[in-house]
Amino acid sequence: MILYVLRRLLGVVPVLALVAITSFLLVYLVPGDPAMVMLGSDATPEQLQMLRTQMGLDRSLPEQFVLWAGQALRGNLGESFFLGRPVTQALLERLPATMQLAVLSLFFSLLIGIPTGIVAAVRQNSWWDQVVMVTAMGGISIPSFWLGLALILLFSVQLGWLPSGGYVPLWEDFGRGLQVLVLPSISLGFMQAALIARMTRSSMLEVLRQDYVRTARAKGLAGSRVILRHALKNAMIPVITTIGTAFGVLLGGAVIVEIVFTYPGLGRLVVLAVQRRDYPLVQGALLMTSVIYVAVNLAVDMLYSVFDPRIKYE
Amino acid sequence: MSDPLSPSAKSSRIGEESPARQMIRRLGRNRLAVTGFLLLLLVLVAALFAELLTAYDPLTMTVSERMKSPSLTHLMGTDNFGRDIFSRVLHGARLSLQVGAAVMLLTVAVGVLFGLLSGYYPRVDGPIMRVMDAMMAFPAILFGIAIMAVLGPKTVNVVIALSVVYAPRTVRIVRASVLAIKQLDYVEAVRAQAAGHLRILFRHILPNCLSPLVVQATFNFAYAVLAEASLSFVGAGAPPPTPSWGNILSEGRIYMQNAPWITIFPGIAIALTVLGLNLAGDGLRDVLDPRMKT
Repeated sequence: MILYVLRRLLGVVPVLALVAITSFLLVYLVPGDPAMVMLGSDATPEQLQMLRTQMGLDRSLPEQFVLWAGQALRGNLGESFFLGRPVTQALLERLPATMQLAVLSLFFSLLIGIPTGIVAAVRQNSWWDQVVMVTAMGGISIPSFWLGLALILLFSVQLGWLPSGGYVPLWEDFGRGLQVLVLPSISLGFMQAALIARMTRSSMLEVLRQDYVRTARAKGLAGSRVILRHALKNAMIPVITTIGTAFGVLLGGAVIVEIVFTYPGLGRLVVLAVQRRDYPLVQGALLMTSVIYVAVNLAVDMLYSVFDPRIKYE
Repeated sequence: MSDPLSPSAKSSRIGEESPARQMIRRLGRNRLAVTGFLLLLLVLVAALFAELLTAYDPLTMTVSERMKSPSLTHLMGTDNFGRDIFSRVLHGARLSLQVGAAVMLLTVAVGVLFGLLSGYYPRVDGPIMRVMDAMMAFPAILFGIAIMAVLGPKTVNVVIALSVVYAPRTVRIVRASVLAIKQLDYVEAVRAQAAGHLRILFRHILPNCLSPLVVQATFNFAYAVLAEASLSFVGAGAPPPTPSWGNILSEGRIYMQNAPWITIFPGIAIALTVLGLNLAGDGLRDVLDPRMKT
């Protein structure tokens, strides 16, 4: 067990290093002089020179990387040009809003996806199964931003039940915060709910065909007990592994949904940064979200090895 | 799936029907897959014959025709510049399909190249897979936006960005197949006949990786269409005035209350295209990869 955890931790190191290198190099793919691109054509030579020195552009590339990575490890991701403040500070300020949205969407997608998937599998080919599968098919085909717009049109504009945007931190006013988050997290989580329902169904069908499930039934256990105690436990293994991936997709997808709901998270910050060519901010956001993603996946893997003893001895 | 006593099963004896034809026939019996391919055909026709299907130019602005609701003259209404939405949606199909197809081809090329190398040569497996892991650690849409920010708003850059984002999964799938196949006896037999590595890889291993690859390629197409729409929705896609489903939607957003048709129709177009691809992908998987069947 400890060996597994150690090996898993070590395995993350090269991935994080490559993530850092990629984030770093991305800015160097900008055609032309990054300083010129960032400041615009009307910048004075002095301004350009200052920015180059500030960014370390006058040094060699590996040297620049070491400097940048050293700073990044200490939590310094540079200055945002347009906000005129440290990137880390700007990102951390927006991060809670996005995390809140991503976590709630994940919660929503598991809450909807798993039970519907189970019932669809248990009642295979019933009308319920067909409704679930058709809805899930729709779910993985409808873009989140369009769903978001449709939900706003229906629930905010027509019915006036829920707000169409804004942000209230959950820890300040839970009820109000939740109300604001309902529509964004449904739009963001619907596709994942559909994917999870599909996966739960197929995984459950697979397990229900196994001999041990037949044995459990044969020895006279109640159907619900067989499903909940025996089958579900194993059927959930592939579903749990995808939680980490799903979280990454939600974190990235939040960018789009935040625009629809004028939600002040990382996504809106990044889109603005892109429009203003604020590269350190884009770079920082990319690095931060992927580090979070790697950390979440690591945590899921570890939890998973606790629940599934077969993993440890791999 | 098929009744062993049915005439079709009898006629599929070796030498009577090629595997490809069998596959197509089985696909033809899969109602959902057929629906999927028909939807794709519809979108393809819309994209190819956009000029024949509408008299309106997607870019021409007609002030007197602003924000007209759908009618016989403007099937899907007009936008705030008086541009015909039907024409814009048809031309948007062209962009979506071009981007989707290009991303599919690129991801398959990259997937085959690195997947074969990684699966076949243990020495390069570690480094290649670590790079893929790192690339998959970036949230897809965010990574796409960042690449677009760097490369600049051009359609070809959308293709590059999305290929970078979706290639790693394809590499992994090809690699997994190679790892499984290279253990098989027949590969051992070919090797014993002193076949070269390239011959083993391309003649004997690659053809057996095709099933999961084809399925993944279809899904890559679907992801690319969705992601292209998302990128242009946030203004990181093909530059305006090029009509793309994402930017028609994003421009129509402000008028959603008074002119919902501007946002409704491109949304339907995206959903139908992606639905078609997903149905086709599911169908292909059922036919090609029976182990994955549910």
